Amino acid sequence: MTAFAHHLSFEFRLGIRNRQLLFLTYLFPLVFYLFMGFLMIEINPPFGDVLIPAMIIFTLLATTLLGLPELLVGARELGIFRSYKINGVPSGSILAVPALTTMMHTAVVSLIIIVTAPLLFDAPMPSNWVNFVVVFVAMAFAAAGLGVLIGVVSPSSRTTMFLSQMVFIPSILLAGFMIPLSQLPEAFRSVAKLLPATHGVNALNGLAMGTGAEFDPWGSVAVLLVGGLLSFVLASYLFSWDSRNSTRRGHPVLAVLALVPYLAAIFLF
Amino acid sequence: MLEPIIDVKDFRKTYGEFIAVDGISFAVNSGEIFGLLGPNGAGKTSTLESLEGLRAPNGGELRIAGIDPTQEARKLRNTIGVQLQVSGLHENITVSEAMEFFCAYHGVPANYELLDRLGLGEKRKTQYHQLSTGQQRRLSLALAIAHEPPVLIMDEPTAGLDVATRVELHAIMREQQAKGTTVMMATHDMAEAEEMADRIAILLNGKIVSAGTPMEITATGAGLTKVSVRTQESSLLADGADFPAVTSTTSKEAYQIYFSTDIGATVAAVIEYAEARNDPLIDLRVERPSLEDRFLEITTNGGSV
Repeated sequence: MTAFAHHLSFEFRLGIRNRQLLFLTYLFPLVFYLFMGFLMIEINPPFGDVLIPAMIIFTLLATTLLGLPELLVGARELGIFRSYKINGVPSGSILAVPALTTMMHTAVVSLIIIVTAPLLFDAPMPSNWVNFVVVFVAMAFAAAGLGVLIGVVSPSSRTTMFLSQMVFIPSILLAGFMIPLSQLPEAFRSVAKLLPATHGVNALNGLAMGTGAEFDPWGSVAVLLVGGLLSFVLASYLFSWDSRNSTRRGHPVLAVLALVPYLAAIFLF
Repeated sequence: MLEPIIDVKDFRKTYGEFIAVDGISFAVNSGEIFGLLGPNGAGKTSTLESLEGLRAPNGGELRIAGIDPTQEARKLRNTIGVQLQVSGLHENITVSEAMEFFCAYHGVPANYELLDRLGLGEKRKTQYHQLSTGQQRRLSLALAIAHEPPVLIMDEPTAGLDVATRVELHAIMREQQAKGTTVMMATHDMAEAEEMADRIAILLNGKIVSAGTPMEITATGAGLTKVSVRTQESSLLADGADFPAVTSTTSKEAYQIYFSTDIGATVAAVIEYAEARNDPLIDLRVERPSLEDRFLEITTNGGSV
């Protein structure tokens, strides 16, 4: 087994052993899914049509924005990155492995939702599985990139939660899985396009669920992929092993460059 | 034994305006245990971190086995092993996983025998946070030496450990030394440095203020030897007599204590004085200055030696 495979393997197991991660990765999204399934569909029956994409996007947001940054900040503060650097673990692996394992856990939760939602709530399955996988990967890539970037630039656990919530809460409200994008005022629709979740919901609806997109769904996929790539590049550039986060190459404010593809989407779509 | 494996020349490290290390030079010979001593903020950690390749020097030259730590990180990682003061491990990682993980990145097979030898064989499936402090420190040491590096760097190796675990770790350090490993340790623990280190450098405000063997360092101080005497009738306590070469006196419980620059002269005069008063000696102790005494002398004098 290669060093990277060892790293990936034990970090995946850590995601199950660590109670906080277990809660954010499995319990929180699944309880929220059941709550939405039993309650929201009762109040608003058409919500059942978007239950699967909505809950998958929610799961991705919860794991990547709430779980992943905290995991990175905690590891840095405990001196784990310092020990990794001394022992030759490349910074690329330090960032990529938690992102990959988070995506793997999210895939497991998503599978549980896909299998149970039609049985429990009569929710429709994706109509195009290939597109579903493509959009899922693109959205997971973008959200994990953002989560990693927040973890890298955040100076402390307290700031991490603040930065994560700055993306998470608007995503829940504006991304289109609670309130359709078309029902939002124009200004809010523009703001919504700054959020990866909006593009995830738009692409899932347009390409995988067959319920129609609000704007160009392949454009959304492209925005997610470019946004994810930019986030990982910036995270790699700004990465610091130092527990005091004081040795990075550039100013953390450079992280806002990750929003450029989403900003472009406001004008393009 | 005399070939330098760690070579530090005019090393300087600054953080903005603050000078952490101010042009220090020292060499550590192959197979030595070398102690870096100093109070907090003296520059020990900056020196160690620069040798470990974690920080770039602002001046001077560092070499470990001929490797420049800032330029040759890949070569360095198999040349040094570092036992960190803080864990550097995920709290949920098991002992086996940690061994497999670090050995994989060093390109060597997992060294389970080492876990057995360090008393962690039974704990292979135990998560890091479930280990005692002593077991955590032993695991950290096992991970540092699993790839058999020629240089072992230890930061406060026995801080916070009980006496038995401390003795165990010292034995392992000696074992490593016997195998030819060079050990460089930073410590606050003077007794540990005195017992373990072949040579020592004392850092203060970023400069080396004293260097040499523990004996050499203690010998270069004011040289005051403590002579503690107890007699049956306590005549020494009552009379407050003056003796040759004594610079100061004090008393503790039934003992009269003299600080002397010439032990022979002081001890002979004290015995003669007690015999003349028909006051038999019960106890007489002579203690040379410890490294701790010398360290305090240096640090309270602001580094003047």
